[in-house]
Amino acid sequence: MSLDGHVIFNEQHSNFSEFIKAAYKAQNTKYPKFFKMDHLSKLAFLTADILLKNQGINSEIENNIALVFSNKASSLDTDLSHQKAIQDKDNYFPSPAVFVYTLPNICLGEISIKYKLYSENSFFIFERFNAKHLFTYTNSLVQDNKAESVLCGWVELEGENCEAFLYLVSEKGDMKHTKKNIITLYNT
Amino acid sequence: MSKTYVSYNNIISSLGFDSKTVVENIHNEISGLELIDNKNVLPEPFYSALINSEKLEIAFNKLNPKQDYTRLEKMMISSLSEVIHRSNMELNDRVGLIISTTKGNVDALDETNRFPKERAYLCELGKNVKEFFNFENDPIVVSNACVSGILAVAIAKRYIQQNTYDHVFIVSGDVVTEFILSGFNSFQALSNKRCKPYDINRTGINIGEVAASVLVTNTSENLAKESVYILGESSCNDANHISGPSRTGEGLYRSMTSALAQANILAKDIDYISAHGTATMFNDEMEAIALNRLQLQDVPLNSLKGYFGHTLGASGLLETIVGMHSLYNNTLYASKGFETLGVSKPINVIKKTTHKELITFLKTASGFGGCNTAIIFKKSNQTKNHV
Repeated sequence: MSLDGHVIFNEQHSNFSEFIKAAYKAQNTKYPKFFKMDHLSKLAFLTADILLKNQGINSEIENNIALVFSNKASSLDTDLSHQKAIQDKDNYFPSPAVFVYTLPNICLGEISIKYKLYSENSFFIFERFNAKHLFTYTNSLVQDNKAESVLCGWVELEGENCEAFLYLVSEKGDMKHTKKNIITLYNT
Repeated sequence: MSKTYVSYNNIISSLGFDSKTVVENIHNEISGLELIDNKNVLPEPFYSALINSEKLEIAFNKLNPKQDYTRLEKMMISSLSEVIHRSNMELNDRVGLIISTTKGNVDALDETNRFPKERAYLCELGKNVKEFFNFENDPIVVSNACVSGILAVAIAKRYIQQNTYDHVFIVSGDVVTEFILSGFNSFQALSNKRCKPYDINRTGINIGEVAASVLVTNTSENLAKESVYILGESSCNDANHISGPSRTGEGLYRSMTSALAQANILAKDIDYISAHGTATMFNDEMEAIALNRLQLQDVPLNSLKGYFGHTLGASGLLETIVGMHSLYNNTLYASKGFETLGVSKPINVIKKTTHKELITFLKTASGFGGCNTAIIFKKSNQTKNHV
């Protein structure tokens, strides 16, 4: 895990569950709801939390930050869990606690609850990271005054493979919001 | 800023395979909901509005498909095909494609399904639709729970206003699957009766299936006669709970407030509200509270869930299309299943289909993850017709 180009957490774990739990502890996150989340939400939430906390965003007050997230696998990881629970009629155990996470935008809800974001959020599915889309869509939100800033990126989780890349677009900053810069950040 | 229009449209549903037929059935208060007893899908009987498979095969085969498509793909392609045909538009680099769905081909995950599991990737669905019609641009797939269908309209507008596209085709759809039914049933959200939005005796939702498509465009030439343009739109999160609506209707209230501000109109300028009305206790109550906070309680309102059930990622677009025809026909359609008000704040639910001159309507939707979207539409052609 790295923040603004600096590695902040680097540990090897046998699976995603152990890895994300260790990262949560190392970051001293203290948010019990975290443990109820599915893997995609844990990944998206923790990544967003690290970034926003470091920006000095106060989660006690309302924040006007839009969320524009994307990935390839949608909520497939949890979809498979729900499918497993209904596949065998002799071992049938669908659960609302699992089913609610069979939507990719639930992770946006989790972040919105923690940071009091009563703002725009949308989840898009692309075959691969799509800087052009994130750039265009974020520009439209900023120009229409839909939000003061926009947290954008890619949160992919499938089995033990995960990839999360988030960046914050706002009026102040060191790097200009361009498609080229988004790609550069993504590749570093 | 130039106007963005919603023009040609199609609905593939239990009530017909084109918008006009579907709206005629709504006019006659015919519901597509029926009792289904299929133990392979759900242990107990349930109400649903399903698309007739034989009719779908006939409609789809007319398009001369060259490969095997899933049921959802057949629905979406059949629906979009009519809209592209009627729009008479070349699919060049100025034409975008948006796909709106919550679960896409999720039935491919079932071991008994004849398609490979990979078919469940939403980008595969997008690719199949794109390639069928030879769109030049890659599809934008939006999957944002039950606001997806209406959010897709706002997304199309934004892409047009960013000058990425001149025209955007949106196709939305979800199918009734064991995956969805078992999940909503585990929430105890399914009703074992016909759903009754806003009624005192409502006991939950029915799940249905449709595919719905529209053309969103920046040109006022060659518009469909029922076209509307977008006056204002907004989406706001409840920041409250991932599976239950806010008790104060916060996100919906903020969405409607912000859409009205962008439209630069007042609540009293809205002639009709096409609301979400899933017929769960909490959703309908939340909507009544949000509407009252904005003094929208006297505006005639309906939920179309009594005709189609809740069609998930397609519902917002389906209901927008019916709203467009409602304006064109100057008719308020009865909110099927409603008899006695069963929410704590007054709202004006349409009991009887009536003629009334209509110019502006508000479409709202809410969904899991705390999301809410509101869009205000105005009639493109304000000549008085059918009055």
